[in-house]
Amino acid sequence: MSGKTTSSARNTAILYAYVAAGGVLGSVARYLASVFIPSVYGFPLATLFVNITGSFVIGFYNALTGPDGRLFASARQRQFVMTGLCGGYTTFSSFSLETVRLLQAGMERTALLNIAVSVVTWLVAVWLGHMLASRLNRLTRS
Amino acid sequence: MIGGLISVVLGSVLGTVARYFVSGFVARRVGETFPWGTFLINVSGAFVIGIVGGLARDPGSVFASPDAWLFAVTGILGAYTTVSSFSLQTLNLARDGEGTRAGLYIVFSVALCLSAATLGFALVDGLK
Repeated sequence: MSGKTTSSARNTAILYAYVAAGGVLGSVARYLASVFIPSVYGFPLATLFVNITGSFVIGFYNALTGPDGRLFASARQRQFVMTGLCGGYTTFSSFSLETVRLLQAGMERTALLNIAVSVVTWLVAVWLGHMLASRLNRLTRS
Repeated sequence: MIGGLISVVLGSVLGTVARYFVSGFVARRVGETFPWGTFLINVSGAFVIGIVGGLARDPGSVFASPDAWLFAVTGILGAYTTVSSFSLQTLNLARDGEGTRAGLYIVFSVALCLSAATLGFALVDGLK
């Protein structure tokens, strides 16, 4: 009983380590994107870029390693990539802050454009990733 | 650049671990038919980023220094909140025929995150 509890606690600790490692890598990539991608006319392109690419990757990887997927990935690998890497890489808080700052600066149209463009492109990206991986899953079977 | 990188690394460990803990805790408590965990994470993260953003407007604030900002905002809050899970959960709801829930998830996430960030700013202004 106690041996089982210990191994379960150890397993949880390892999962946390995988998630944290992915989160650090994703966050550093997001930080680098924010350093190298400038805002254009006040429009926060860097955040849009990471959120679109992160949504694409999570949709692609989730379908590719899912139950019908071509690629086998362990639970740890999936947590590393999806919860860690993609979760650390993308950010809802910066999107919120930047939109509120645009509103505070009286740039209502840019703020509304940011909301509309962001939500639509995030969802199109995750869908595209999913569709592409689903197609690959089918291709490799036949 | 190196100091900034270290700030982001340290903050992102805390933010990622907090997100993993909260999403797991909420999923165990209320189930996974609706992504309440990610919803709670994003709204609470937006509220805190509003507070930090409000504080940073004061040049004497600790958050006016670049490394503190990179630690708290780029590191902790950036890693804590997530768009990728939000997108995937919305897609999964839609694919499961839960179009209404998917729509509500989008509208409430955006509306409440923006309101929470605004409230954070207002709280700082009110306490001055």
